[in-house]
Amino acid sequence: MWAEVKYLFLKEVTLEWRQKYAFNGLLLFTVSTIFIIYLSLRVKNQAGLPDHLWNALFWIIILFSAINAVAKSFLQESPGRQLYYYISVHPISLIMAKMIYNSLLMVVLAVIAVVVYGTVLGYPVINTLMFASVVALASVGISSVLTMMSAIASKAGNNTVLMAILSLPLLIPILLLSIKAVKNAIDDLTWADTSDELITLAAVDCIGIALGYVLFPFLWKS
Amino acid sequence: MDKLIRKWWWKILAVVLMLYVVCAGLLFDVPRLVILNETIRVLHFHVPMWFGMILLLLASVVYAIKNLSNPSPKNDIYSLEFANVGVAFGVMGIVTGMIWANFTWGEPWSNDPKQNASAIGILIYFAYFILRGSIEDENTKARISAVYNIFAFAILIPLLFILPRLTDSLHPGNGGNPGFNAYDLDSKLRKVFYTAVIGWSLIGFWIATIRVRMRLVQHVTEQ
Repeated sequence: MWAEVKYLFLKEVTLEWRQKYAFNGLLLFTVSTIFIIYLSLRVKNQAGLPDHLWNALFWIIILFSAINAVAKSFLQESPGRQLYYYISVHPISLIMAKMIYNSLLMVVLAVIAVVVYGTVLGYPVINTLMFASVVALASVGISSVLTMMSAIASKAGNNTVLMAILSLPLLIPILLLSIKAVKNAIDDLTWADTSDELITLAAVDCIGIALGYVLFPFLWKS
Repeated sequence: MDKLIRKWWWKILAVVLMLYVVCAGLLFDVPRLVILNETIRVLHFHVPMWFGMILLLLASVVYAIKNLSNPSPKNDIYSLEFANVGVAFGVMGIVTGMIWANFTWGEPWSNDPKQNASAIGILIYFAYFILRGSIEDENTKARISAVYNIFAFAILIPLLFILPRLTDSLHPGNGGNPGFNAYDLDSKLRKVFYTAVIGWSLIGFWIATIRVRMRLVQHVTEQ
């Protein structure tokens, strides 16, 4: 099974590399969102954004970039290609490969977003390692939930709006936890103070991945 | 469940329990507590809603799992109607909570983590109904909505039971507030409360089974 996962994962990377416009589009989306926020808030760099606002806006940017990034994982597959997957690979390998690929894509997008966002709107985080681990955990959680929702939406007539409706409420728990944990990283609290949030975040990630593992084969049958 | 639907004893039990809850809940003596005063009576009509909602949604998930392992229109109808009534209970829980909060916390919505979590939970299930509405084919609809139902319930549990405990809340038992038992010393109150939990849950299941029977008849006549 892992050989299949690896093969499918490499296929996703190769496809992304060949059709660079998709990734560039995502990048442009994220950067323009950040720039719109920068221009509309009219903050001066010296004063900076209030920390809680910085935090909330950051996660909203990540959320909408994630929806755009992961939506295409099933929505953009042609029916012919889906049939080909259906015949040739095990559904669990397919969902695992997609989840791993989307998680990595999210981490890359998040890093780029942090760099751009930090440059134009300031970087108040003191404990960067904690911030990075929260972003990594949240990326895995968000992309595993979104991958599953993208699969559901693709079965329900390729509806992007439906995908947003289905996934936004499901993502709120992950976002709330991340916002709390990042607030701790901004305030430079100890790891012991944040361990609750980090453990819960990891647990939600596990729930998301496990649900994909168990439920995707049923979805794939139709 | 099929057999239980047609049994009448638990429906009689539900009516008797609810009569007791309405009379006792509204008329019996309640402990005099600061701020709460007489509003403590809402306890019997607010907290059981959440018990009822969780039980009904759990039943909905059980039928969703059954529907995946053994697809049949009946399992799908059960799953849908339990979710329907569960969400109705959730909405009533929010409304009764807002009325209570208006008197005790000073405003209907005070950004309390439990209020927010339950509102998000209701949103998740509204998305479930929209998903159902957007699929034409009956078999696909049954399977995909079952998958989403299981997913939603698995996210709902940490949302309702873990997240609010990580933050301060105005609800009893959170963030340094006295727990439920601290002011529920009155055993009379507790008796009515537990009766209310059972009574409301039974009423919820009753409503759901009536709706299930209606749908089943509809399903047969359509064919």
